[in-house]
Amino acid sequence: MFRRQFLVGTVALTLPTSSLAVSPAAAQSMVEDLVDDVNAVIASGASEQAMIDQFGQILNRYADVPTIARYCLGVDARRATASQMAQYTDAFQDYIASKYGRRFREFVGGEVRVVGSEAVKSWVEVETTVLLRGRSPLQMDWHVSNRSGRNAFFNFIIEGVNMLLTEREEIGAMLDRRRGSIDALISDMKAV
Amino acid sequence: MLTKLGLNLRYPFVFLGFFSVVTACTPAPDGVTVFDPYEEQNRQVHEFNKSVFNSFFGSGGSDTEIPPEIADTVVNFADNISMPGMALNGLLQGNFEAALTNAARFVVNTTFGIGGIADLATELGLEEQETDFGETLAIWGVPEGAYLELPILGPSTERAFAGRIVDSLIDPLDEVGFAFQSDYSLAATIAKRIVRGSQLSGTIDSVLSESADSYAQQRLIYLQNRRFELGTTPEEEAVDPYDELFGDP
Repeated sequence: MFRRQFLVGTVALTLPTSSLAVSPAAAQSMVEDLVDDVNAVIASGASEQAMIDQFGQILNRYADVPTIARYCLGVDARRATASQMAQYTDAFQDYIASKYGRRFREFVGGEVRVVGSEAVKSWVEVETTVLLRGRSPLQMDWHVSNRSGRNAFFNFIIEGVNMLLTEREEIGAMLDRRRGSIDALISDMKAV
Repeated sequence: MLTKLGLNLRYPFVFLGFFSVVTACTPAPDGVTVFDPYEEQNRQVHEFNKSVFNSFFGSGGSDTEIPPEIADTVVNFADNISMPGMALNGLLQGNFEAALTNAARFVVNTTFGIGGIADLATELGLEEQETDFGETLAIWGVPEGAYLELPILGPSTERAFAGRIVDSLIDPLDEVGFAFQSDYSLAATIAKRIVRGSQLSGTIDSVLSESADSYAQQRLIYLQNRRFELGTTPEEEAVDPYDELFGDP
């Protein structure tokens, strides 16, 4: 507890007030709320489907899903119609909630803790550690920005594995498999 | 052949193999995250590995959980006998603190940890400083080389694979450990892989069976994670999706 306050304090003192839109302290405080919600889901011992639903709500509250979705579609986002984009973004949100929500089951008995935060480029990186039962802890970094108009995370990195980069490749592969059809991609994503 | 090289380690010809592997290392060009000139062969190995994983853990991941006490015992024993090798790599890297920590772990756990089945060292604050000769090579400036998918052993790089071979050749366990530690070292290492595979089977299975291109996903995940562990993640990998949407801030 002391360490956390100390870290926030040092960051606030050493950083000059810059054009940085989101302050490390504000970003960290957002991730602390997020982590509380995540820990509540882990501790609830709920069914897999319930965990996926709750993770979907966490994404709604804390993530900039439209930006993440658009980035993962890559250059193909430019040729998508507005209606396709809206459907794709919805499907993407469910896809992420389901894919990562299912992994939450493996976190049961563990918890996430906030370690500290620092400004990186135009955003703030908040470092957390995922403590797991009987395994080495994992480092999980959250990238927080307010360029969507509110404080929200747009990426997370688990032990160096960057969600945006990894999902951009996966969505690209899904699209290739459907010979570039965005409509087919949307229906595939709903099936995951 | 590759598994033979990986597991059967005390033959002189392996030295020749090592040098040809090292000289075959090709530096990855700047800005390219993935260097995979052997993709065709790697994909064949990937299909083989997938079928081995599925027959071991079943598609959908393992439901039968190994009891945690047994899993911990196996992992502790296998981790402990890898400490002398990690300590040696610490020395070769000039990281004396890590070398000392791993050496102390080996002494504490082999004695008070009943031959290494209990991990008292971690409770005493001596946390494992995981390393290998692949990391030593990285510190010495050897480039990562091409991506490789090895039979059974899975994702690797030319540098990491060369490191594995050297690690088995220079392992000082026979010199500093007890006979039972050397005798069970191969069995313990295999058992540890099975335990880890079972603990991670859900995650591994979701990559292997649910990805549109599981080979490419596993390659990307491995390379990012390995570079993170070695502290060599390139700065330009930090992604700013707002840049693409709105241009530079």
